[in-house]
Amino acid sequence: MKRTNLKTNDLILQTVVKVVFFIIFIYSVYIFFAGHYTPGGGFVGGLMTSSAIVLLLLAYDVKTVASVIPVNFLKVAAAGLLVALGTGLASFLYGVPFLTHAHGPVHLPVFGEVEVASATAFDLGVYMVVVGVTMTIIQTIGETE
Amino acid sequence: MTVISEWIIGTLILLGALLCLIASIGVLRLPDVYTRNHAASKGATLGVMSLLLGVFLYFLLIQGHFNSRVLLGIVFVFITSPVAGHLIMRAAFNTKIPLWENSVQNDLQKKRDSEKKFNEN
Repeated sequence: MKRTNLKTNDLILQTVVKVVFFIIFIYSVYIFFAGHYTPGGGFVGGLMTSSAIVLLLLAYDVKTVASVIPVNFLKVAAAGLLVALGTGLASFLYGVPFLTHAHGPVHLPVFGEVEVASATAFDLGVYMVVVGVTMTIIQTIGETE
Repeated sequence: MTVISEWIIGTLILLGALLCLIASIGVLRLPDVYTRNHAASKGATLGVMSLLLGVFLYFLLIQGHFNSRVLLGIVFVFITSPVAGHLIMRAAFNTKIPLWENSVQNDLQKKRDSEKKFNEN
């Protein structure tokens, strides 16, 4: 963004963004996990996470955000595609057709008995692709003068 | 119990709608950007907050369902809406949108002028 010669004081915006970022981010994680039984899922959760990062980009400059979140978002998108492909290929291990998903109660160390669906892993891939693609688009547009 | 909670919920929702209506009338009637923004950000914030509180109490008292997302929405609107108003107001001032012609006090412009004079010397 082109800087004007007017000295701007962003104290209020930056302080509020520090608080609001966590509200949006936690809500996006909630939306992601709620997707199996209620409205939500990987796509909306990913969009909301990237909008939280865009809020950081609005309050601070690109260099600060890149030092806080040192992630190459293009690689995040690629990793998300690999995760989604992996959940599809994992069904071959059980001798069932591609992208066959299973769900059932699983005993986890901290949470105890939890109903786990393997579609969550596919949704995680969607989430990572959406975050990666959105942030790549916005950073590419934002950095050009 | 149900009758009392119905009255509370109805009052909150009607109050919220009324405050939003008053805010929009203020946007239409007031003379310049700053007073309009004042009406919009204050009135709409309280209006939306009481509407959401009415919705929250409806689901809690009538349906017996604690909806924490609505509470989070109330907190979120309360934090962000005044900041949005502040940013719009500051952008308007920095692009030199004039005040209403009958305004008598402009402390920020005075401060900016004195800083400019200080920097020139």
